[in-house]
Amino acid sequence: MINILEAKETVDMIARENLDVRTITMGISLLDCIDSDLDRLCSNIYDKITSRAADLVRTGEEISKEYGIPIVHKRISVTPIGLVGASACRTPEDFVKIAETLDRAAKTVGVNFLGGFSAIVSKGMTPAEENLIRSIPRALAETEFVCSSVNVGSTKTGIDMDAIRLLGDIILQTAELTKEQDSLGCAKLVVFCNAPDDNPFMAGAFHGVTEGDTVINVGVSGPGVVKTALQAVRGESFEVLCETIKKTAFKVTRVGQLVAREASQRLGVPFGIVDLSLAPTPAIGDSVADILQEIGVDYAGAPGTTAALALLNDQVKKGGVMASSYVGGLSGAFIPVSEDQGMIDAVNAGALSVEKLEAMTCVCSVGLDMIAVPGDTRASTISGIIADEMAIGMVNQKTTAVRLIPVIGKGVGDTVEFGGLLGYAPIMPVSRFGCERLISRKGRIPAPIHSFKN
Amino acid sequence: MQKVIITVVGKDTVGIIAKVCTYLADHGINILDISQTIVGGYFNMMMVTDPEKSTTPTGQMADELSRLGSEMGLSIRVMNEDIFNAMHRI
Repeated sequence: MINILEAKETVDMIARENLDVRTITMGISLLDCIDSDLDRLCSNIYDKITSRAADLVRTGEEISKEYGIPIVHKRISVTPIGLVGASACRTPEDFVKIAETLDRAAKTVGVNFLGGFSAIVSKGMTPAEENLIRSIPRALAETEFVCSSVNVGSTKTGIDMDAIRLLGDIILQTAELTKEQDSLGCAKLVVFCNAPDDNPFMAGAFHGVTEGDTVINVGVSGPGVVKTALQAVRGESFEVLCETIKKTAFKVTRVGQLVAREASQRLGVPFGIVDLSLAPTPAIGDSVADILQEIGVDYAGAPGTTAALALLNDQVKKGGVMASSYVGGLSGAFIPVSEDQGMIDAVNAGALSVEKLEAMTCVCSVGLDMIAVPGDTRASTISGIIADEMAIGMVNQKTTAVRLIPVIGKGVGDTVEFGGLLGYAPIMPVSRFGCERLISRKGRIPAPIHSFKN
Repeated sequence: MQKVIITVVGKDTVGIIAKVCTYLADHGINILDISQTIVGGYFNMMMVTDPEKSTTPTGQMADELSRLGSEMGLSIRVMNEDIFNAMHRI
């Protein structure tokens, strides 16, 4: 039987160290909604989402109360709309109409985000996918809950540079259309390389075509728990450090596994994966940067940070994979800037730059995330930053992502406030040197040599 | 049998166990085991209970005990035993 010290440890993790199940995300396939008539397509989509996810929020709240574990978000991911809308949408405006339908469905079922307004264009864009990408600025400005992502490259296909060139403009347009809210629209748009089909975390979640009809994926978090565990072994060897992170990740993931199984059973929907990411929030103590500091750097961004992050990311995965047979999604450490107080402090102290963040993304689980940059940043510069990040993902056979927010009307030295879990961020400088000639080239970057494993 | 674990943490005062036990008795919840300890001046108690004949759903019990706790300056949590087993037992 459980003893009192074990019970105390679990209760402390939840009460003091911000352990939570970050999200229960229901993946819903919309492939069977496809119709060549736009109105019929929208009505099919609305009906399917609102019937499949009718009990999602209530079930999440019930589990949370009975098990005494906070379940912060209940969310939905859908099949990339670039596929679903292909036969009905002739213009970007048609895709905006689907976004509005998704927004209404999200509101009806009570989820706080719905992901999948997406296009997978790793090798090239169909006309429909290009229209979807062109509709993103309006879709994100006119909806509240819809999240968008575009996968522009993979290790197997190379990188679609035409899509990257287009996205530089699209990100700026999205910023412009939501400038009254500090360009918040860009916080709901992620550009990926090697995007996973089963990621439960926003803004990049979508329900890939490799998935079944409906699935429950769960994302757990708990940077605060890891940090507290590491405080107890301060000054110890790397072996002790790694062992401590692994044990903690194991415990955290087991909670996610339990909640995922329970939710799947109660909703009558198959369980997909547990994503064991360390996802920080602006809450004090819920920071990945704080873990890096605890490992031994003065600030995130100081020399040694990439090594510390590599170690952390790897141990989190190693601890997690034993706790659940179905680990998936992104699984590792997220390093968003605005959502992590320790990262914000590091930027303000001058310890952390976009370039150092880029290096860190080589070993973290995602990429350049929630970084506010000056509103007058050139489209080609944004495309260049995306291309660099995609190249890291392609060559290293890992997921990488970019979520940059060019804040219209603001520059270096200003701070931008997104509110809630998205937090606030100091505007970071980007390189003043251009890359127009690179970005204006047409076509794609070929797949790397190590993709030929056939 | 699905067990429910109740944890109580806070400053030690007279009558904590009495009040929690009275609530449980009133709601038909059987106590299987109690252990308690003082860590750093704080009272820590863990009760393993059987809610099978409970007159109150677990969610409601969690809310009511949490309220009872805050009246006494304590943190009382009601959690399904599975979460502890998942975390601490392979």
